[in-house]
Amino acid sequence: MSTAPTTAQGTQKLTPELKAFIAEWKEKPGNLVMILHHVQQHFGYIPREVAFEVADLIDVPLAKIYGVITFYNFFKLKKPGRNQIQVCMGTACYLKGGEDIIAELEGILGVGVNTVTPDGEFSVEAVRCLGCCGLAPVMVINGEVFGKVKTESLQGIIAKFRNA
Amino acid sequence: MSNLVQLEINGIPVSVPAGTTILNAAKAIHVKIPTLCYHPDLKAWAACGICVVRNAGSPKLLRACCTEVAPGMKITTHDADIVRVRRAVLELILANHPNDCLQCPRSGNCELQKLAADFGIRENPFPPDVQHIPVDNSTCSIVLNPEKCVKCGRCAIVCQEMQNVWALEFIGRGEKTRMAPAADVTLNESPCIKCGQCSAHCPVGAIYERDQTRQVWDALRDEDKYCVVQIAPAVRVAIGEAFGLPPGKLMTGETYAALRRLGFKAVFDTNYSADLTIMEEGSEFIKRFTTGGTLPLITSCCPAWTDWMEKYAQDFMDNFSTAKSPQQMLGVLAKTYYAEKMGIDPAKIFMVSVMPCTAKKYEISRSETMFASGYQDIDVVLTTRELARMLKSAGIDFPNLEPEEADSILGEYTGAGTIFGVTGGVMEAALRTAYCLITGEAQPPSIDFEAVRGMKGVKEATIDIKGTPVKIAVAHQMGNVEQVLEAIREDRKAGRKPRYDFIEVMACRGGCIGGGGQPTGATDEVRKARTAGLYTDDEKSVLRMSHLNPQIQTLYKEYIGEPLSEKAHHLLHNHYHPKKVYAK
Amino acid sequence: MSYKQYILVCGGTACDSIRGMELFNALKTAVKENGLINEVQVVRTGCLGFCEKGPIVKVLPQDTFYVEVKPEDAEEIIKEHIIKGREVSRLLYDKEQSKIHVAIEGIDFYQKQFRVVLRNCGAIDPNVIDEYIARDGYKALEKALFDMTPQDVIDEISKSGLRGRGGAGFPTGKKWSFAAAQPAGQKYMVCNADEGDPGAYMDRSTLEGDPHSVLEAMTIGGYAIGADKGFIYIRAEYPLAIKRLENALKQAREYGLLGNDILGSGFSFDIEIRLGAGAFVCGEETALLASIEGNRGMPRPRPPFPAVKGLWGRPTVINNVETLANIPVILLKGADWFNKIGTATSKGTKVFALTGKINNSGLIEVPMGTTLREIIFDIGGGIRGGKAFKAAQTGGPSGGIIPPQFLDTPIDYENLAKIGSIMGSGGLIVMDEDDCIPNIAKFYLDFTVDESCGKCAPCRIGGRKLLNYLDKICDGKGTHEDIENMREISEAMSRASLCGLGQTASNPVQSSLRYFMDEYKEHIDDKRCRAGKCKNLLRYTIDKTKCVGCTACARVCPANAIAGERKQPHAINNETCIKCGQCYEICKFHAITRE
Repeated sequence: MSTAPTTAQGTQKLTPELKAFIAEWKEKPGNLVMILHHVQQHFGYIPREVAFEVADLIDVPLAKIYGVITFYNFFKLKKPGRNQIQVCMGTACYLKGGEDIIAELEGILGVGVNTVTPDGEFSVEAVRCLGCCGLAPVMVINGEVFGKVKTESLQGIIAKFRNA
Repeated sequence: MSNLVQLEINGIPVSVPAGTTILNAAKAIHVKIPTLCYHPDLKAWAACGICVVRNAGSPKLLRACCTEVAPGMKITTHDADIVRVRRAVLELILANHPNDCLQCPRSGNCELQKLAADFGIRENPFPPDVQHIPVDNSTCSIVLNPEKCVKCGRCAIVCQEMQNVWALEFIGRGEKTRMAPAADVTLNESPCIKCGQCSAHCPVGAIYERDQTRQVWDALRDEDKYCVVQIAPAVRVAIGEAFGLPPGKLMTGETYAALRRLGFKAVFDTNYSADLTIMEEGSEFIKRFTTGGTLPLITSCCPAWTDWMEKYAQDFMDNFSTAKSPQQMLGVLAKTYYAEKMGIDPAKIFMVSVMPCTAKKYEISRSETMFASGYQDIDVVLTTRELARMLKSAGIDFPNLEPEEADSILGEYTGAGTIFGVTGGVMEAALRTAYCLITGEAQPPSIDFEAVRGMKGVKEATIDIKGTPVKIAVAHQMGNVEQVLEAIREDRKAGRKPRYDFIEVMACRGGCIGGGGQPTGATDEVRKARTAGLYTDDEKSVLRMSHLNPQIQTLYKEYIGEPLSEKAHHLLHNHYHPKKVYAK
Repeated sequence: MSYKQYILVCGGTACDSIRGMELFNALKTAVKENGLINEVQVVRTGCLGFCEKGPIVKVLPQDTFYVEVKPEDAEEIIKEHIIKGREVSRLLYDKEQSKIHVAIEGIDFYQKQFRVVLRNCGAIDPNVIDEYIARDGYKALEKALFDMTPQDVIDEISKSGLRGRGGAGFPTGKKWSFAAAQPAGQKYMVCNADEGDPGAYMDRSTLEGDPHSVLEAMTIGGYAIGADKGFIYIRAEYPLAIKRLENALKQAREYGLLGNDILGSGFSFDIEIRLGAGAFVCGEETALLASIEGNRGMPRPRPPFPAVKGLWGRPTVINNVETLANIPVILLKGADWFNKIGTATSKGTKVFALTGKINNSGLIEVPMGTTLREIIFDIGGGIRGGKAFKAAQTGGPSGGIIPPQFLDTPIDYENLAKIGSIMGSGGLIVMDEDDCIPNIAKFYLDFTVDESCGKCAPCRIGGRKLLNYLDKICDGKGTHEDIENMREISEAMSRASLCGLGQTASNPVQSSLRYFMDEYKEHIDDKRCRAGKCKNLLRYTIDKTKCVGCTACARVCPANAIAGERKQPHAINNETCIKCGQCYEICKFHAITRE
């Protein structure tokens, strides 16, 4: 609907691959969530200026896009740490000490959940059940699954990722 | 074959057309099921849970606002059990709502307050939980107070589906949900066009007009200031509602009287400058129409509409009439023509404009042309709601006042001027005068142009002016406008002559009578009543065409010269500028 | 190509995370290096269910069942078992330490199971469509398209008594018939793979281990209701399942089993994957539809029901993964075969994710009517560490907490509802004496408050109030008035919430108040948490007979709550104690108890 470009400051731009995906999905009804997934897959989050670009490309009001982004936990508006730590908070993991893992991580890293460490290296978030309940408590770092996690082993695991 | 559905409500047989909701079916037997988030303008959102009712045979409760009647239903709308559930839901909502009715702009006129009173809430068993969230008063027109928001969703749905502006949306999830612009911008940085329809639909004091009554009181008390005031057409048929009178009751003379009692030294009528607008815009149209100028010509007296155009439809900027709105025309004349004629120092004139509109608060400083008199042409805009409050605090017994007349040189108006307040009114006024100016005849065959009247979102017609067809379109409620623009865009792309010559747009449903600054609670029923009031005002006017207004004729003879003259352009015309949809 | 022996390696996400992929590769390498490539096939299959003991390796045809296998064991398995024919006994599942080969049917975990939905999981490579076909895959579709009318299909499903496995238990045949009865036009089949219940992973395993069963079922459903398009709405948190589905779709299309004119029948149907994005509420039908439509996942009022007016206003059938996985079996083996399994009102089997304080944690499938006792003690092997069983929880955040007195309840939809719970999607959490019931209720409310979409007031506001009350109680500040208020709010939420999430969010509270009132009373009146879980109710006490007066605890106490002379037994002042636990951690003499 808009003939005037919406604006935002910031330097991130849609890549040619993302633009191609958007072009492919432009006419599909209900494309917004899938498009946002691809954007986040590339950037690790959804940069503000990219959200503006998507709004223009698929001709959807920015308000709608933000309504969707802020509704779904999966989508992030802030850049996460280089290493993303996800601690499962499903029932089994909770019963087997998931909260202690989070507390220990907060202690080691010095930041609370959903915050990036000052050096940009780590961010921790509590996530919904990952479906590995037989291995509770479960933690995922950059997609790598750690099962039956013990608080004592956390320092070592963190160090491994910091130096990687 | 009948499509009536037979059911029972509270044991009483009811027969209503298929598709009727339980809520509306209950009205047939004089049962008012309580609601909160429901609004007749909108598709039922079905959120709050207040309107629950029971159907026999199922322990589940149904929402009456959205559930259609089905044959054989046996509905109970209230019993001890249902009322208890409703009450608990209400108590939950109240627990999260600030407890400061005494200082709230909606006190006495609030849907939540009414529910609490009807349910006899005396104390709340649930612990209070009101989060402190700052107020957004970034626009000069509308204030957002999220602490009072009950998440009924009306504002966002209105802003998106009725108005197609998309300034507000549900942001966040769960208890963190808030109604706000996207991307953490303020309302002023968002696409908001200040139409105020959000405030007109909000059931509580979460969105309301910026109150400037204090400023006006201060000016009235200032002996150095010469306070003058104008009232819009739509005000006179709605201001009575704040005093218990029915919508549509004409209170023109009473309003002039009340304004004088408040202390205004001169009382003008925007209908006068509506007639003036027709002179300028009508001439503009005739010029473009007969000399191959840019068509269609689009009316620009609605500032919410011009704001929308500057953001979203910049490809139509050249189509806009450069004539100012009636409000602005009268403002500049008050500080030039009137001041000169009466020998008053324009620097001392404090011009107040009473409008049904929140966007008018923005219009008065929207560009440098609004300062054409050498001063800010209009100092303050008050909405109808604010004026009502001023009258009440002044102790004026408004319904019982003796009607008076306006101050004549900027106060006389024809029937054409007064219908500016309804959708189709500007077009009708323009057609009446255009017909005469083009054909040289005394008046058109029918002075009423029925084709442009009514609540249909887009009205189209071809008007025959002595063999010349003039194709017109009238749109109201911003959500209906895009299709008209798209049609023109298609014509342009195909290289065709645009299918309309003249388009009228009003941002609010029903036109200005449904404006964002009018007394709250407008539904189509109310809008129709207010509309009827203005058409009555037109019918009983002696003069019903703008160019016949003797004061206008005098103005041109003595001051402006001719329509579209250089002086006219300097004082009575303006420009448009492209704007970013998001300022940040 | 026929092999002499097959080595099946569980390739579910859980086993993968404990070096499952490494193990798979190690076995393949070992087979190659020992020149057995033409005789032994190593296959990565879906979940075998016994997650507690993963990674699992199964060797056929002997039916050897190895548990907790490491990549380093690969060489030994090949050399000893495959080549020399001697099983590696230390890797056998061997509960009794008897060192006797135990066939899978003899393993207590599997004895009472009846794998219908999970029939192929662990038996085929989910990445190879031929293996699915070899086990009667797509035969049901063939039968439906060529030997049955759409109405025949619906009748058979109705006769089978299959009920929705997502939790609500609505008769599947009826749902399909509603949609089929709508006038012809665009219709949709949707698979709900948004398995959001924490502690549930039945659908994930089915999709990872046997994706074609779902594709085949959706196609049959499309044929039955007159739809040519299907969507699978799957959580973004299941990347492996998504990958397996994408691969399965590709292969099915290549084989003409999906797409235009399937098997030359004239019927066309295709499926698209749509991702969720971290919203539990999108497991609710109308919220799911809103999400596919690209909107915020906020539910809509029903009626109209999706079967009449669903996706983009069109008739839509939404079925859970497990429900669908039953469809091909029902058509092939017949409704009569199916409805002999289970109870009078609940036919067939149910997959449960058995987790918590249980010895044999994992994925199980049992006939409806199996009792909780059988599941927990026979299949599950009883409570870990010999602790006392306290409660079982079914239905996730929408379910109830079940006390020991109902252990002999045969599991079916109605029986569970009677005791204040629901079947739910299949999460079955086992709790022991060290779990605190009010704390569990708090956990679930925490979840629901976070996941509430926020649209309707009863859930958005009521849920938070319930959580606040539970916080108060677990903090030792609760009152009996709080309990009354919780009851009032629970009723408002269950009667006036817009969707199932809000309507059932108070179930953990309501059921725990019903059966575990004593524990609430203890928290409120005695300010005591018998399970020791609520930190602020813990009492730390120094055992004077063990304390040597080293003063280590007193020095570390941030609240100066410990008093005592050097070399004399110390004492903790419970009024000032802030329950941080530092003293407990530091005492070398185990003189401090906490409870």
